[in-house]
Amino acid sequence: MILARVVGTVVATRKDPRLEGKTLLILKPISPDGKDEPGYVVSVDTVSAGFRERVIAVSGSSARMAEGCKDTPVDNAIIGIVDDVNMD
Amino acid sequence: MYFGRVVGCVWATAKDPRLTGRRLLVVQPLTPELANTGRQLICTDSTGAGAGELVYWVRGKEASFPFAPDDPPVDTTVVGIVDEVHVQRKK
Repeated sequence: MILARVVGTVVATRKDPRLEGKTLLILKPISPDGKDEPGYVVSVDTVSAGFRERVIAVSGSSARMAEGCKDTPVDNAIIGIVDDVNMD
Repeated sequence: MYFGRVVGCVWATAKDPRLTGRRLLVVQPLTPELANTGRQLICTDSTGAGAGELVYWVRGKEASFPFAPDDPPVDTTVVGIVDEVHVQRKK
């Protein structure tokens, strides 16, 4: 999983019917100390994350195991909202 | 499977219900010579690894296998704690 910050939303009318009702968010990967990392991903939100929130995103076929994503064409899903990161 | 070092942990209250009670570790991937390589990532833990420990972790759907039959939505899991590494490179 990666840490990421929610930086935007995606609206799509024409899409796979199995994606209907799912929230699509744009994520910017970040390091544990909050610095931006290269790239962006579009992710399905399964935990009601909000704008600018730090989240945990899972990628690949494991994303289909997220709540409500079974048998959907999804390869990235938000599975947690980060409260705190503790670096030892 | 890949080498890594546990460098931190993550707290998350709002999360997938199948992740309840699972530890989330920040892992720095390492080369066999134990130099840092690549981005730090978040792994679930199936071994009880602690901060600073040298571990190996697995990527992909297999990462949820240690937690079967729960099948939590995870793609990286720490599956072992390393005792020793012996590497001999050709000169």
